[in-house]
Amino acid sequence: MYRYDEYDRALVQDRVAQFRRQVARRLSGELTEEQFRPLRLMNGLYLQLHAYMLRVAIPYGTLDARQLRKLAFIARRYDKGYGHFTTRQNIQYNWPKLEETPDILAELAEVEMHAIQTSGNCIRNVTSDQYAGAAAGEIEDPRIWCEIIRQWSTLHPEFSFLPRKFKIAVTGAEHDRAAVKVHDIGLVMRRDDAGQAGFEVIVGGGLGRTPFIGKTIRAFLPKEDLLSYLEAILRIYNQLGRRDNKFKARIKVTLHETGAEEFTRLVEEEWAQIKDSSLKLPKHEVDRIARYFEPPAFRALSKDAPATEARMARDRDFAAWVRHNVADHKIAGYAIANVSLKPIGKPPGDASAEQMDVVADLADDFSFGEIRVTHSQNLVLPHVERDRLPELYDRLASADLGAANVGLLSDIIACPGLDYCSLANARSIPIAERITERFADRERLELIGDLQIKISGCINACGHHHVGHIGILGVDRKGEEHYQIQIGGSASENAALGKILGRGFSAAEVVDVVEKIVETYLAHRNEGETFIETYGRIGQEPFKERVYGAA
Amino acid sequence: MDFADITDQVVIASRLSDGRVVFLAAEPDGARGAWRLSLDEASVAPDDARAQALLALGEAAAREQHRVVEPYLIEVERTASGLRPVVYRERIRCLGPTVRSDLGKQATEAGEV
Repeated sequence: MYRYDEYDRALVQDRVAQFRRQVARRLSGELTEEQFRPLRLMNGLYLQLHAYMLRVAIPYGTLDARQLRKLAFIARRYDKGYGHFTTRQNIQYNWPKLEETPDILAELAEVEMHAIQTSGNCIRNVTSDQYAGAAAGEIEDPRIWCEIIRQWSTLHPEFSFLPRKFKIAVTGAEHDRAAVKVHDIGLVMRRDDAGQAGFEVIVGGGLGRTPFIGKTIRAFLPKEDLLSYLEAILRIYNQLGRRDNKFKARIKVTLHETGAEEFTRLVEEEWAQIKDSSLKLPKHEVDRIARYFEPPAFRALSKDAPATEARMARDRDFAAWVRHNVADHKIAGYAIANVSLKPIGKPPGDASAEQMDVVADLADDFSFGEIRVTHSQNLVLPHVERDRLPELYDRLASADLGAANVGLLSDIIACPGLDYCSLANARSIPIAERITERFADRERLELIGDLQIKISGCINACGHHHVGHIGILGVDRKGEEHYQIQIGGSASENAALGKILGRGFSAAEVVDVVEKIVETYLAHRNEGETFIETYGRIGQEPFKERVYGAA
Repeated sequence: MDFADITDQVVIASRLSDGRVVFLAAEPDGARGAWRLSLDEASVAPDDARAQALLALGEAAAREQHRVVEPYLIEVERTASGLRPVVYRERIRCLGPTVRSDLGKQATEAGEV
């Protein structure tokens, strides 16, 4: 894993000291709220419905056990004993005190963590595939490139005052687990005809009130040109991006209004001027960063896992957990274990301090001390010996972390919604909880298979509802919570935006509607067809008919 | 229809030091006020003119005393168990997350510290 060098350490510590002085000046009244707000936001501190909220960066979703224990400690000491993992692979604390926030940031700095790039109109914390470095079939570990982007983008003077926030996601695998097509820039590692690794560059994706799937503006970019090309894109966006209207300021609108062809031409023109500048990545520097991500000391193992097989044969709960939560690892005898933060009837993505400590211990005991955070609000132990899965499962299950539902209907993404968020129009979490309760039966869940439900409590779409197979958007209608349903979205490599089904529903009706949609799928599907495949074949009409009755 | 003039209103804000939700309780002279954690201790403005005066007091206090952030008016109704915000957003704000009854104001006595 990447470790801070002296430059990073000094930067983060200076920032803590600076913020401590700023907080003191605010509390004494020397700074007004108007003066202070941008300063606190630059340090990840928001003011929400019940309290402040601190968003802590987890760059590209990678944590070590020591860091996760620190997050648990902060939850216990400074917050209310839990944290919320987000679709940005970050963690949010819902109850920090302003006066204690500098202490929290100082604690974080001790384990090389911070809240920089978690807010404001800058290049945000880079996100990635949670299976990076472990997935079979990966071209390269994308975190090497994420870290290079992080070093380039952190406090980048030219891009500290962009028209709007800017999110970059990178994947090294064919199957997209990082939703790269709905980011401002999505980078997918590819090989050219000569077998050289590079990037497909996708620009202008995004959710929010104006969702777009990103467009490929370059099919193949050599690796050493990554930063110069990103810089060219950011420069064009910084010049053309609208500053007159916050809702039209993201690069997706710039790209749309400029036209992809013209935008690409401008980027290429800019790039031609800077591609051979100091931004060209020297091989020795890439190699230096790559060394931080060298694989752990895997043992030579048989690919057979007799203990796991035997337990699967006699324990249906365990077998289901292996089927859904365990993924193939690139090394024989190893597996990737997902830790679901979606127990039935509980807020998606929340983990108690005790659970964080348990996962940290399990990471040490099973996964070379490594943990990943997923954009679908779960955790991952990326390098587990396949034949030790029974032991791991038992320890997870005893901490209420054994839910066997990753990728299934109850693995719901939900934003904090109106239970916490001052921007929300409606609650998200109770809808998620009730859906998981309705679909608690495991056999039924498995029968339904791959079905992703994503819930947002307002049009800003933090819950990714546009790319849910079933997307639910909470709105306020005449002072009541009301929910619009859309279907057919996808966040995968076949990314698509869902289409609104029709008129919305009250909170009381939503779960029944979801059930009707699921029933329609089950009634129409062909053998082996997933929800999204059936939808692609039969379209919206049958679902509409079932939900609204024949027209 | 405009019910603004016949609705009870109180001033709600976030306490600067810790972000906790507080309510303005004005002194009888209307020139000074204190911030209370309990909605039932809030001063209730029975009409729009008095609500605006209460808000002005809250805004001045926010500006000059630096104890609170973002004061604004919310509508409340009187119930047998005390004041209750009319709008569900503010009800949630005054109680705590509906998914965690162990957190927020709903979890503590009105006189919480």
